[in-house]
Amino acid sequence: MTEAALDVRDLTKSFGPVQAVRGLSFSVPAGSTTALLGGNGAGKTTTISMLLGLLLPSSGSIRVLGEDMVRHRHRVLPRLNFSSPYVDLPHRLSVRENLVVYGHLYGIRNLKQRIAQLAEELDLTDLLKRPAGKLSAGQKTRVALAKALLNEPDLLLLDEPTASLDPDTADWVRGWFQAYQQRTGATILLASHNMTEVERMCDNVLMMRAGEIVDQGSPQDLLSRYGRETMEDVFLDIARSRRKDEAVQ
Amino acid sequence: MTRQVRHHASTWSGFSPRRVYALVLRHVFVLRGSWPRLVEMAYWPTVQMVMWGFITQFFAGHSDWVAQAAGVLLAAVLLWDVMFRGNLGLSLSFMEEMWSRNLGHLAVSPLRPGEMVVALMTMSLLRTTIGLLPAALLAIPLYHYNIFTLGLPLVAFFGNLLVTGWAVGLAVSAMVLRFGLGAESLAWALIFALAPLSGIYYPIEVLPHWLQPVAWALPASHVFEGMRSVLFGHGFRWDLLFNAVALNALYLGSATILFLWVHHIARKRGLLLNMGE
Repeated sequence: MTEAALDVRDLTKSFGPVQAVRGLSFSVPAGSTTALLGGNGAGKTTTISMLLGLLLPSSGSIRVLGEDMVRHRHRVLPRLNFSSPYVDLPHRLSVRENLVVYGHLYGIRNLKQRIAQLAEELDLTDLLKRPAGKLSAGQKTRVALAKALLNEPDLLLLDEPTASLDPDTADWVRGWFQAYQQRTGATILLASHNMTEVERMCDNVLMMRAGEIVDQGSPQDLLSRYGRETMEDVFLDIARSRRKDEAVQ
Repeated sequence: MTRQVRHHASTWSGFSPRRVYALVLRHVFVLRGSWPRLVEMAYWPTVQMVMWGFITQFFAGHSDWVAQAAGVLLAAVLLWDVMFRGNLGLSLSFMEEMWSRNLGHLAVSPLRPGEMVVALMTMSLLRTTIGLLPAALLAIPLYHYNIFTLGLPLVAFFGNLLVTGWAVGLAVSAMVLRFGLGAESLAWALIFALAPLSGIYYPIEVLPHWLQPVAWALPASHVFEGMRSVLFGHGFRWDLLFNAVALNALYLGSATILFLWVHHIARKRGLLLNMGE
């Protein structure tokens, strides 16, 4: 039996009278790539924030890489990393300075070598001296990925990782993640609105609506269950509350 | 499976000086890359010192009190700036993380809140020293006043006022974390509210009787009274130093607890990921 990298039980989060996440339970097997999908306001960002320990749940439990995330998050944090459009790296620091700071925070040995390696792999070598605030959106995304990969995480949480990349670069980044996962056995949890990306990268999909998981399975399972050709259609069915029977009619 | 990255062992547990160093380095990079910021840090204390130097020269010929200890106003203005810069050095470093929307990255990194507090204090010491050293040195040729002749008492005054600045800076940072960048003006407002009560330029006995107990509850009042005692030749007052240290321990401890508590509240309310005005 594959060990779960993420194990979530009865997770809820309320902000006053608003229940943003309602009794979420799921497992993400170690070494898999899982997509967390849902429309705006479905509860994805709230869920990811709780998985990262940025947000305390109202109730329920989260085990990340075998540790209780609420009580012992500092045991896990060195082993995970994330990339999100909701946060930036300091604009005034150069790309290299940012990576040096985070390299020290994550306690990376041979930091110079690691930065040079990531810069080469993510095509950042020419950008290392430039201030992070003066990069294009695509360049910023690649720098954010370099920061997310500095510590070679066992668990990587990616929120819209290719949103601002051109199709060629986005395709290259997806391939890079797949290669990274094959090499390291890392687990990836991905929130994305790009259904092609989900079909290509993910072994498992969790579909959220109104703070709940309303369906889950592999992309192939979902396509056949909803009788659809593409994940985009499946997404629309679920987001608009239609089940396979209704969709077929 | 192959792994290429190796971690330092201390990353996995406990307090890490390396992580404190990382956060200090982040702010040093900002200062190193911006000479206008460096100039500005030294500019205001220097302007203050120049102005109070002229006031001292004027009063030296018109006031017996100032004539007895010509450096009393200059020492006061320089030491007041220790407290003021100590507060700004800490709170501005914290707000820098919010302005750059970097708090989320830091909160998900292995950096612990306690390590962040120590890093902010270190940055405050650095910024205060950079800001005040040029003014203190310039006072020597301009007004023939050398604050360093105070000797060891200067270290005691500097240390205590810096710690008071840290306590105020941590309280301000906690408020900014809780209420957003709209509360950033507290960094200037709160410390100036303490100035009239701290007896910077005048003895505490000048204040109305009912206000004096409030003034004595501030560590800065004990420091400035102690400074005047040394400058007027009455010797170093250990009792005042003890009071200042005890009050500072109380306020810094309370401010640290407040900051860590608000950090916990921020995790409950989801304030760390998307912080702004």
